[in-house]
Amino acid sequence: MEHLLNIFIKSIFIDNMIFAFFLGMCSFLAVSKTVKTSIGLGVAVVFVLLITTPVNFLVEHYVLNKGALAWLGGGFADVDLSFLTFMVFIAVIAAIVQLVEMVIEKFSPSLYNSLGIFLPLIAVNCAILGAALFMQEREYQTVAEATVFGVGSGIGWMLAIVSIAAIREKLRYSNVPDPLKGLGITFILTGLMAIAFMGFMGIKL
Amino acid sequence: MSNQEKEPMFSAKNLKLFTAPLGRDNPITVQVLGICSALAVTVKLKPAIVMALSVTIVVAVSNVVIAAMRKYIPDRIRIIVQLVVIATMVILVDQFLKAYAFDVSKQLSVFVGLIITNCILMGRLEAFAMANKPWPSFIDGLGNGAGYGIILIIVAFFRELLGSGTIYGYPVMQKIGIYSTGYENNGMMILPPMALIAVGLIIWFQRSRNRSLIEKK
Repeated sequence: MEHLLNIFIKSIFIDNMIFAFFLGMCSFLAVSKTVKTSIGLGVAVVFVLLITTPVNFLVEHYVLNKGALAWLGGGFADVDLSFLTFMVFIAVIAAIVQLVEMVIEKFSPSLYNSLGIFLPLIAVNCAILGAALFMQEREYQTVAEATVFGVGSGIGWMLAIVSIAAIREKLRYSNVPDPLKGLGITFILTGLMAIAFMGFMGIKL
Repeated sequence: MSNQEKEPMFSAKNLKLFTAPLGRDNPITVQVLGICSALAVTVKLKPAIVMALSVTIVVAVSNVVIAAMRKYIPDRIRIIVQLVVIATMVILVDQFLKAYAFDVSKQLSVFVGLIITNCILMGRLEAFAMANKPWPSFIDGLGNGAGYGIILIIVAFFRELLGSGTIYGYPVMQKIGIYSTGYENNGMMILPPMALIAVGLIIWFQRSRNRSLIEKK
């Protein structure tokens, strides 16, 4: 249990998707103008990561890895499909996003109205594919570890986008040099926040 | 098609497709596409150059493939078709790097795979290749790849020079003997936050030179 908690804290603060790896920057920059929309996108990202990371974990362990297809019978014991990783991961993500969209639309129209426009955007958000690839690279052993890592990354991403949106809302009243307005100052702000987040690196887990 | 005049291969229009993304229409600083990978691989020049080349090749080739198929792709499933073409190209590049440049491939780690979700690719395929012939699409791909590469290389150059005191692994700062005057490498430059600040400064510089790019609000 303690081990899972460590992964959770680590993926939120120390290995923060935005501040340490710059994943999901495109939507981060585009959607962080107001707090309300950024909360919507953040929740959608957490939700999609919660589902895609464990599914990709299972796909990796029961389909793609060398010898993973052994459950189909002896003849498949030597099959190694790991070169297909990227294509399968992105297909799984795109399919799940579509599925999630349909399920939400059917069962909770109000949630769909608030998340709806963000869901299609998420299929090509690098944070989702990035979480799947990091999960593979760090060799998490169980589904529980993968799930906790996915949710933690999502919450870290949401934390980042909501806090930068709050700063940008206040920034509207400040006198920024013209050429730095908009994109430029957002980059520099994100950099300063990333420096602050580096303080968490000292935590020993 | 007999009355349609054939356009020369290197017409002024095609040349402009190549040069616009280098400056005025740069994918990173103006179109704001493909930021994620741009920042993470710029600690040293070598991975930055490899990354720039990989992205250029993937954009150019997938632009050509999509442009050649554009009339046969049903509109509803075009995103999936584009993703499959991109993913195939990225797998090829990844396997090539693993075979011939293993150490760089290890340094780039997940970022080669993340070329798939690099917004430059989807952006160019949607905005350009779906509506143009293969040859202009190829030039557009090369131009955007190069525009992306230039920013990567500028950021990596400064981060490596100021952070590690080397250029492409060559110890410049040590050779000119600056350490004996009390100069120290700035360890801050190799940390992730400085990549963001460096890109911010490049944007500032570019927009103050070209005031038409300033955001109006």
